[in-house]
Amino acid sequence: MDDNLRREIILENYKEPYNRGLIDDENYSKINSRSDSCIDNLDFEMMINNDIISDIRFDGEACAISTSAASILIKELVGKKVDDALQILNNYKNMINEKSYDKELLGELIVYDEIYKQPNRKNCALLPSNAIDKLIGRLKK
Amino acid sequence: MNREDFPMLKSNIVYFDNGATTLKPQCVIDVMNKYYLEHTSNIHRGDYDASIITNKLYDNTRNIIGSFINADPDCCVFTSGSTMSLNMVVFGYMKKHLKAGDEVLLNKSEHASNILPWIKLSEEIGIIIKYVPLNSDYSLTIDNIKKCVTEKTKVISLAHISNVVGDVRDIETIGEFCSQNNIIFNVDGAQSVPHIMVDFKESNIDFLSFSAHKMCGPTGVGVLVGKRNLLENMDPILYGGGMNNYFEEDNSYELKSIPTRLEAGTPPIAGVIGMGEAIKYLDKIGMDKIHQYEKQLKQYFLDKVKDISNLIIYNKDSDSGIVSFNIDGVFAQDLAIYLNHYNIYVRAGNHCTKMLKDDIGINNTVRASFYFYNNYEDVDRLVEALKNSRDIFKIIL
Ligand SMILES: Cc1ncc(COP(=O)(O)O)c(C=O)c1O
Repeated sequence: MDDNLRREIILENYKEPYNRGLIDDENYSKINSRSDSCIDNLDFEMMINNDIISDIRFDGEACAISTSAASILIKELVGKKVDDALQILNNYKNMINEKSYDKELLGELIVYDEIYKQPNRKNCALLPSNAIDKLIGRLKK
Repeated sequence: MNREDFPMLKSNIVYFDNGATTLKPQCVIDVMNKYYLEHTSNIHRGDYDASIITNKLYDNTRNIIGSFINADPDCCVFTSGSTMSLNMVVFGYMKKHLKAGDEVLLNKSEHASNILPWIKLSEEIGIIIKYVPLNSDYSLTIDNIKKCVTEKTKVISLAHISNVVGDVRDIETIGEFCSQNNIIFNVDGAQSVPHIMVDFKESNIDFLSFSAHKMCGPTGVGVLVGKRNLLENMDPILYGGGMNNYFEEDNSYELKSIPTRLEAGTPPIAGVIGMGEAIKYLDKIGMDKIHQYEKQLKQYFLDKVKDISNLIIYNKDSDSGIVSFNIDGVFAQDLAIYLNHYNIYVRAGNHCTKMLKDDIGINNTVRASFYFYNNYEDVDRLVEALKNSRDIFKIIL
């Protein structure tokens, strides 16, 4: 992907993230996400209805990579069936962790395909996906 | 000053993370290597040549520390660092001598290691923690402290220099006030002993903690200095070898006197020797000279960045070599990563003072902390990078 386009997509999602702002509705399940290696600190809320992810929201303070990844992940996941969402998350994590992955499943998340070149930023990219993964796990039970 | 003594500075870096840890001069590395290469041996015995050399260097470190901060050498206890020293004060001394309802004065710009142990102690025995309000420039003043003192106040615990704001607290006056009012004065010297002259006796300090690695010494070693009668009434946190005279089947035992009683187990021997060398090294340069120079560097920085309109500085007036700042609209960690691109090493974060966000209203800042081996050119490089920060996302994304 062209570097300028990649940067533009990340910045757009950093400066005006999708679904930023929590609504504190009791139908949502909530999780806080921090990492040991950086100062990112984000909260996530999610609602699942009839096996479909009907909404995810987030808020907090985090770097450009973490914030934009949260925004793009939410766009990609809302409206999906839970199992499909898990597949997308897995595929995304594989990409970040330099394992084999399916490009077709990524959508805009492809902008992070070169994060592995900055190993200290992998955790930033994984912070939102890990949080969402945990929330799904909790709600599936 | 003295840049040639620091091997790390031979590479093209600007090291401004001195509040976190400092670089090591060759002489410190050399004495530690010498211990490992030529006279490795344990302490507390001196029956063969290598151990005689080791013991001498080890024991002499107490004398070096004692004269550096004006304390009795046998009241200087070797610990693993400030964190351990502060925990020893809280759980070795305070736990035994304070009771439910006793008040301890802290403030929100303290490091986690001068807050969390107190919170834990409060949970265990019901002491009450009070936070002295900070001034509008986030500094801590004696007036605000006095306003919080009641007849239940038993301890005032504070950093001599805070690690985010970098304000230098007037410990002479506070120490005098404490001694007049029968209050124990616990000083966290982690950010001050490396940068400014500290006089343990003259300032009426009861306990003083600091870490070697923040003052050109090795990691894993530090000091707790205490008044004699307090240390003698302190319980060890660790029990084991080196600190006892005897122990018997009937559970009777006798511990050694201070400081050994508080130093169970094999200590970081190379670390203690390295710490001694580091302190000698600093002493030779002169603490007043170091402090003045750091303040000059900070002033130079402030003058140079005056025109950078999107740069927010939180502690312009503090009297040490610490500056905390942000670029408007840029997350602190992104700024630190950007600066790393120019080989400028700074720290982004809440600097372990998580409560300060209540007062500054900001969670995270970038901190540049200067030391004597930084020069004006280092500052110029930082200023230049900050001026160009509109390119930040081009560089980090
Ligand atoms: C003010 C202050 N106190 C205590 C500490 C803890 O020191 P250490 O991690 O060496 O135990 C630090 C270190 O960052 C500090 O800045």
